[in-house]
Amino acid sequence: MNLTLKIWRQAGPRHPGELVTYKVKDISEDMSFLEMLDVLNEELNAKGEEPLAFDSDCREGICGSCGLMISGDAHGPERTTTCQLHMRSFSDGDVITVEPWRANAFPVIKDLVVDRGAFDRIIQAGGYISVNTGSAPDAHSTPVPKENADRAFMAAECIGCGACVAACPNASAMLFMGAKVTHLSELPQGQPERDARVVSMVDQHDHEGFGGCTNVGACSQACPKGIPQDVISTLNKDLRGALRG
Amino acid sequence: MSVATTTSSRPATARRTTIGLKILMAGTGLVFVGYLLLHMFGNLKALAGEEAFNDYAENLRTVGEPFLPYAGLLWIVRVVLLLSLVGHAYAAYSLWARAGSARRTKYAAVKTAARTAWMRWGGTFLLLFVVWHLLQFTIVKFSVNADKQGPDVQQNPYELVVASFQVPWNTLIYVLAMVALAFHLSHGVFSASQTLGLTGSAQAYRRAKLLGHAVAVVIVGGFLVPPFAILFGLIK
Amino acid sequence: MTDTTVNAGITHGLYTDGDPVADTKAPAGPVQDMWTTRKFEAALVNPANRRKLDVIIVGTGLAGGSAAATLGEAGYNVKVFCFQDSPRRAHSIAAQGGINAAKNYKEDGDSVFRLFYDTVKGGDYRSRESNVYRLAEVSANIIDQCVAQGVPFAREYGGLLDNRSFGGVQVSRTFYARGQTGQQLLIGAYQALERQVAAGTVQQYTRHEMLELVVADGRARGIVARDLVTGEIETHAADAVVLASGGYGNVFYLSTNAMGSNVTASWRAHRKGAYMANPCYTQIHPTCIPVAGEHQSKLTLMSESLRNDGRIWVPKNREDCDKDPRDIPEEDRDYYLERIYPSFGNLVPRDIASRQAKNVCDEGRGVGPMVGDFRRGVYLDFADAIARLGKAAVESKYGNLFDMYARITGENPYETPMRIYPAVHYVMGGLWVDYDLQSTIPGLFVTGEANFSDHGANRLGASALMQGLADGYFVLPNTIRDYLAKGPFEPLAPDHPAVVEAQTSVEERTARLLAINGERSVDSFHKELGAIMWEYCGMERSEEGLLKAIDLIRGLREEFWRNVRVLGAADTLNQSLEKAGRVADFLELGELMCIDALHRRESCGGHFRAESQTEDGEALRHDDEFLYVAAWEFGGGEGLGETGRPVLHKEDLVYEAIELKQRSYK
Ligand SMILES: Cc1cc2nc3c(=O)[nH]c(=O)nc-3n(C[C@H](O)[C@H](O)[C@H](O)COP(=O)(O)OP(=O)(O)OC[C@H]3O[C@@H](n4cnc5c(N)ncnc54)[C@H](O)[C@@H]3O)c2cc1C
Ligand code: HEM
Ligand code: HEM
Ligand code: SF4
Ligand code: F3S
Ligand code: FES
Repeated sequence: MNLTLKIWRQAGPRHPGELVTYKVKDISEDMSFLEMLDVLNEELNAKGEEPLAFDSDCREGICGSCGLMISGDAHGPERTTTCQLHMRSFSDGDVITVEPWRANAFPVIKDLVVDRGAFDRIIQAGGYISVNTGSAPDAHSTPVPKENADRAFMAAECIGCGACVAACPNASAMLFMGAKVTHLSELPQGQPERDARVVSMVDQHDHEGFGGCTNVGACSQACPKGIPQDVISTLNKDLRGALRG
Repeated sequence: MSVATTTSSRPATARRTTIGLKILMAGTGLVFVGYLLLHMFGNLKALAGEEAFNDYAENLRTVGEPFLPYAGLLWIVRVVLLLSLVGHAYAAYSLWARAGSARRTKYAAVKTAARTAWMRWGGTFLLLFVVWHLLQFTIVKFSVNADKQGPDVQQNPYELVVASFQVPWNTLIYVLAMVALAFHLSHGVFSASQTLGLTGSAQAYRRAKLLGHAVAVVIVGGFLVPPFAILFGLIK
Repeated sequence: MTDTTVNAGITHGLYTDGDPVADTKAPAGPVQDMWTTRKFEAALVNPANRRKLDVIIVGTGLAGGSAAATLGEAGYNVKVFCFQDSPRRAHSIAAQGGINAAKNYKEDGDSVFRLFYDTVKGGDYRSRESNVYRLAEVSANIIDQCVAQGVPFAREYGGLLDNRSFGGVQVSRTFYARGQTGQQLLIGAYQALERQVAAGTVQQYTRHEMLELVVADGRARGIVARDLVTGEIETHAADAVVLASGGYGNVFYLSTNAMGSNVTASWRAHRKGAYMANPCYTQIHPTCIPVAGEHQSKLTLMSESLRNDGRIWVPKNREDCDKDPRDIPEEDRDYYLERIYPSFGNLVPRDIASRQAKNVCDEGRGVGPMVGDFRRGVYLDFADAIARLGKAAVESKYGNLFDMYARITGENPYETPMRIYPAVHYVMGGLWVDYDLQSTIPGLFVTGEANFSDHGANRLGASALMQGLADGYFVLPNTIRDYLAKGPFEPLAPDHPAVVEAQTSVEERTARLLAINGERSVDSFHKELGAIMWEYCGMERSEEGLLKAIDLIRGLREEFWRNVRVLGAADTLNQSLEKAGRVADFLELGELMCIDALHRRESCGGHFRAESQTEDGEALRHDDEFLYVAAWEFGGGEGLGETGRPVLHKEDLVYEAIELKQRSYK
């Protein structure tokens, strides 16, 4: 199939950017979206134009590196990661707009590459259980009801891709944070730090310049791992608990 | 390995977080919902005729006597409502402004940005509506009906309501406000449950969504009955 | 040419023989006591001194992330590097199946010794007893540690941890978190690491790539790294350097590894004197989604469990290969594994299943799209299973895998048979280390997939994750202190000749890559190298093929330094430049892998030499000649892309606790 691509090009963090139009021909529907961009890059390179920069690593939908805004959808029209999006989701003649994640807390580094360091800093603020190596009790000393274990697992599936922020009209990272808070607060091991954790994380979130959540739910619809919006409810509840306690 | 690291937690400033703002918005929003349920119920008394309606209006002012002065409870309600409105609007506009600065470069192709508009512009419209509504029925008490003017109309709540809704453009304002209210409530009630952390499971989440729609239908439906009854001449 | 009594490598002057190497750090005594003894004998570092000791860790996968967190907790001053934008994205995240540990929670006869035994045997008797025993010994602690961190392992209704059996072993010792075990373990290590970053004991350098090792006065004293965002070339000094930079399977271009996985960190250390051990030992996994077209960028693993119920076949006749498989009658199908191995059938070990798939495709009986001259795929058919168990049962067992397959290929595996093909998955080879995980360069430690230590010639499923975390949480923190106790070393002056040399060489190399401005893209070289490696140093290796490969690689490397086109600048994010540096190193590594494969005239584990097989085509070991680790010293080439003649140092393997046997699956 032949496609017209309008792709955001930006030389660096402090350079202005713009959408540039490219045409690609004979794209096979078995290619992934990123392989289609690889083809474009080979062509650009052959023409002496600098290839397009975009992040990807595992190309298996698990590392969370990739992530593009494709015609207004985070990770494109299917509910999956950009690397797992295949060209059979498009048709011949389509015009596709490709933009980086947009959020002030995710500054553009170059072209489609953004800096998601804010996520690491949110985790640093408390997204962990404090246990030093070697000090752990036997793994069977604390049984975890299967229900809690399953919900913790569901929340722990977050890959930190940032699509939730990209899709949220408020550029809020509550789904990402809700996922981590839910993962840890469903487990007995997560209880001692439960209050302190949520307060510091939310604090850091706001400090990074993400927007506030108004429960729109676009995040959850864009999330490639299907993290449900109810993790934000758990987050809110934990914060309220921390305010009281 | 030996332990040289302990975990230090950061100072808590939770109250001032965006979630703090949301909790404020949810609390005040629910105050409105409660008030609206009562208000809607009161309005339906119009169907029972002038006396019932006016008695109700009068009762509003005498509840709690002699422990409270005349219209005492009403004033308490008014103060709570006013404070809530200020709090609600403050939180709403702060979050709105924050969202604007959280994404200064907008997308060229957008799909989700419109989804906050109903709440924000709808809410703003409601605010303007409330001002108009209060001027009309509480503060100034004027009639927009050229045929029905004078103190008789103004001092008789029933008459004032009937007179006002006989005027189609005025009814239209109310209908539009009710549309905005329906959207605001159907999302708002769910949203408040989510904000207060009451939707921590898939079922609770679905229930809150449903409750939002139900509350919106009940309140807006209830509110719209008297105006339409008047407009179509069922109540004169 | 095929005279196997003469070593072709030597006769062709491809390498020279050097002195033997020995693991001098493993304490004497029975294998069961070694670790306790070593921990006790390793010198201690006073807590007050730890802050003054700087440790650099390259890599934030399971091996690096866990080490950084643990050393940070202990109070050392740690700097950790990764090329991704966050430590959480290291390739370990992709591991699916699970992690082994000798917990014996199932009371099914598992024990430390059995895990040790299975691992040595699985590695086809080419690993060190001492290291493997220790691995089995600390495995149980890993699970405790991870659970305490909140890793959500699968649980039973009673709330206790669930286990499954994996990779053909008879006990259930594999802990798992659905198909995302690597992700969950890595997130655990990552969170522990971020906690230390917050505590100020670890500094984290993301989007930084190590491009050179600084060796001053005979010790590893730092690294030169490029800030991938600003392009700045930075030198970081330390008292010890740890490489946890993962495996180099991407030398084959197509593999199940992440796009960025590379050999650069290890290779730069190799060029500076660290020996590279058994580089040719590669694991090829039989059940991956086949290549769909020439633009394929990576291959996706499908869980091995599919072979429990799927039947593998190809058409008997080449003419049928492009037919709809459902139209091919039963009598025209060749269920070749069931035919050749009647007792094991579709469940033969990974290496055999892989090699036979290659054979039938080489005969022209592969299925799926043409890739080059051949179709590269065989059917994995669930029609029988669906008929026998019902669609619902198959769906509940394999639903998510079927969905993944459908998403990638656009085909519905419930209706038409899946197509699978082997793909490069893991490398057992890596930098040589002693019992302390220290390389031949003092102060340079190597952990995880980057070292060679624990898996011999073949790795068992679910044991790479175990090794990475064992190294990072428990082994390295105990052994590195013995070295650090000698520090802090003299501060490294910025004008120390070693620093200047390392920094300048990186700058020159970068400038050179950008200046060539030839005709071919970096990817085109990488693809060509991959094709050579896969063809001649893949599932089956022969003397003739390997000699040819070496020739081709040398030609390609020469062309690379003359004709590669890398656009863009050095002082911004430049992904072509990053790739160019990695491919340049792969081009050197590829040759060494071929030389190693050429010199090892036996078949063992993942290394199959056509010349060394039994009458019925099975791998044949030669313990009399090859019971050793091949540790290669860099040949000392001078210019860019020059590798000189590598020197072979042998470390003899001694089996005291376990008896050597010829592996058999009949
Ligand atoms: C698809 C797949 C499935 C697997 N499933 C399993 C399984 O079920 N069970 C199992 O036990 N094993 C499995 N494995 C193997 C296992 O995942 C890996 O061997 C293991 O995770 C390697 O961990 P590591 O920490 O050594 O390296 P990696 O996780 O590869 O980490 C390498 C790190 O080094 C950094 N790095 C590399 N080079 C540089 C440089 N030059 N400069 C700076 N940083 C650098 C990277 O940024 C990264 O952080 C699987 C492998 C694959 C490919
Ligand atoms: C001053 C004008 C108003 C504005 C600008 C406004 C705006 C908003 C906004 C932006 C939200 C958050 C939406 C979300 O969560 O997605 C909200 C929530 C809500 N509003 Fe309003 N609103 C206004 C007036 C009102 C009125 C008059 C009522 C009562 C009828 C009301 C009831 C609610 C309720 C119940 C909520 C849910 C609280 C929550 O989000 O947790 N609002 N409003
Ligand atoms: C069709 C819909 C409505 C009708 C017919 C209606 C009618 C009235 C009437 C008649 C009064 C005067 C009562 C009195 O003073 O005795 C009143 C007061 C009031 N209404 Fe409404 N109303 C409607 C909708 C709303 C809505 C949607 C809101 C809020 C969002 C609202 C808020 C108020 C408030 C705050 C007062 C003042 C109460 C007081 O302090 O005395 N009304 N309304
Ligand atoms: S919550 Fe979903 S969308 Fe957000 S970072 Fe995690 S995986 Fe991505
Ligand atoms: S879309 Fe945004 S507003 Fe909240 S529910 Fe999701 S973060
Ligand atoms: S590249 Fe890893 S999730 Fe897409």
